[in-house]
Amino acid sequence: MSITIYVPCDSSAISLGADRVAIAIAKEAEKRNITIQLIRNSSRGMFWLEPLVEVATAEGRVAYGPVQVGDVTSLFDADFVQGGAHPLFLGLTEELDYLKKQQRLTFARCGITDPVNLDDYIAHEGYRGLSNALKMSQADIVKAVTDSGLRGRGGAAFPTGIKWNTVLGTPSEQKYIICNADEGDSGTFSDRMTMEGDPFVLIEGMTIAGIAVGANQGYIYLRVEYPHAHKALNTAIEKAYQAGYLGDNIQGSGKTFNLEVRLGAGAYICGEETSLMESLEGKRGLVRFKPPLPAISGLFGKPTVVNNVISLASVPIILDKGGDYYRDFGMGRSRGTLPLQLAGNIKHAGLVELAFGMTLRELLYDFGGGTASGRPIKAVQVGGPLGAYLPESQFDTPLDYEAFAANWTVLGHGGVVVFDDTANMAEMARYNMEFCAIESCGKCTPCRIGSTRGYEVLDDIIAGRELSKNVPLLRDLCNTLLNGSLCALGGMTPYPVLSALNNFPEDFGIDEKAGAA
Amino acid sequence: MTESSNMQATVQEITTALKDKPGALLPILHAIQDKIGYVPAESVPAIAKALNLSRAEVHGVISFYHYFRESKPGNHTIYLCRAESCQAMGGKKLEQHVKDRLGIDFHETTADGEFSLEPVYCLGNCACSPAMQIGTEIYGRVSADSFDTTINETKELA
Repeated sequence: MSITIYVPCDSSAISLGADRVAIAIAKEAEKRNITIQLIRNSSRGMFWLEPLVEVATAEGRVAYGPVQVGDVTSLFDADFVQGGAHPLFLGLTEELDYLKKQQRLTFARCGITDPVNLDDYIAHEGYRGLSNALKMSQADIVKAVTDSGLRGRGGAAFPTGIKWNTVLGTPSEQKYIICNADEGDSGTFSDRMTMEGDPFVLIEGMTIAGIAVGANQGYIYLRVEYPHAHKALNTAIEKAYQAGYLGDNIQGSGKTFNLEVRLGAGAYICGEETSLMESLEGKRGLVRFKPPLPAISGLFGKPTVVNNVISLASVPIILDKGGDYYRDFGMGRSRGTLPLQLAGNIKHAGLVELAFGMTLRELLYDFGGGTASGRPIKAVQVGGPLGAYLPESQFDTPLDYEAFAANWTVLGHGGVVVFDDTANMAEMARYNMEFCAIESCGKCTPCRIGSTRGYEVLDDIIAGRELSKNVPLLRDLCNTLLNGSLCALGGMTPYPVLSALNNFPEDFGIDEKAGAA
Repeated sequence: MTESSNMQATVQEITTALKDKPGALLPILHAIQDKIGYVPAESVPAIAKALNLSRAEVHGVISFYHYFRESKPGNHTIYLCRAESCQAMGGKKLEQHVKDRLGIDFHETTADGEFSLEPVYCLGNCACSPAMQIGTEIYGRVSADSFDTTINETKELA
């Protein structure tokens, strides 16, 4: 049997030395005259085990990890190429608890296939959704997405099918599909993993969207901080063109869809859809007033679908297996699965795709294994820099859009950042205001000026100056931001700030719980 | 050719190649920064002319985006993550070490022209915090020691 070894090319794995491990394995195999096929798969999303090296055996793929360059000689000595015993041996990859307990729909291929190998993609159920879509009417494609219950995974959770239906129903010679790949929230990396690990699924999802609403041009607006994703997307797009999955006459259907990656330039605000479109048009990323909705007047004034990476990457499986299949996962109005991202001070950081409904506590302890530092968890920020900090008393909240909203918290893009008891939440609140000031587009006054006044007031509070005056002032300011800002940056920065204040008043020098916001 | 006329020729070549793309300004600025390392102030009139914009509009776009820079960077740009996940793993302490070790603050370049230091708000490497990027190379679980080793290696490679 030929020997196949997998070493991840995911940028987080690379950040821990995966490239060097791959080179060392290739060299050692050559030295020992062992012929191997080295495949750069993507990550399975278990980052405490990265670089995770896998070997194909008759029983299935087995894993070793975390592998460093210094382990390579001993791995060969242990005959790991035949699945031999070694201290880093983890057993069959698919049987690892962390993976086994997940429901991977959107991430079905991630870490398994060679990300930029089109044949591999097709061999793993790729392009089945598009194949079905090409036989359906536009209205039926939109109906399947609506029936699936899919809601925008970028954070706002707006029903994807309704958005598509508006664009479908707006007559225009030119329409656009935009993929919002400006994943700027700290603690989130599911978009990055998808683009690096399974870029064809995004391309397929965008192609289906284009056919559904009658758009022949797509743009992926990618943040410049993701050079590996940029490379993977461009390679995959080129291969899709060559194989007739993009361009004119897609798979002989007579339909056209063109796709291009455009890079952002380090502005967090460009993750806001109207600011993103301004940026794509070559302007400063200033937020637009809504209405008009982008679905009616979006990029260059044309009807435009703007969806997050995960929303679009969820479309192929919906078109492959049907809206009902996807809808059967989840709870309440949150249907399907959400790829959650465990980050920060957590022992088992990684990607956990689950049907909606599990509690935050289960995620933090059953999957995450508690903090990396071994100290108690103090706070968890869910939903990025505009999400609230949850104290231990809220850990039983189910992972569901409505359940989070009922707590004045946000599930957002599913990023979960864990802090241990050494964190100072007043300092974090100050950082949140500072971040808002740095990233504000400057169009509306509450955000532009309020954010700077916000961290100034917090400086006073942290220094213990006139708390009886400054704490109410901070609340008043947050109220202005909440109600007077044009978009979610100013409008939601009060979520982390006020949740820190309400849940951890002692960090602000306040003795008693200060009551609700 | 002088350095300045070389630069103008590069800018001309890039703007000519890209100016007909819809929303061409960002792709042009990226191409210039990729090639020259920054977007020189002298390139603004040529870009403005090619896109039929005012110089103020072009300058406004350059200054809006954190990534575009108007001055020459060091040989290596270090992007250090300041966001929440990295803070939860000792990012602030690391930030102080990096600044002390390099002897510069954010947005500055070392006197020997080796390193520029820029803050970044998330590299998507939050499962391996704290994170940094040098050029396009990404590093995870960065400690004070591993930072020192990395910059020594980076210097030697140059």
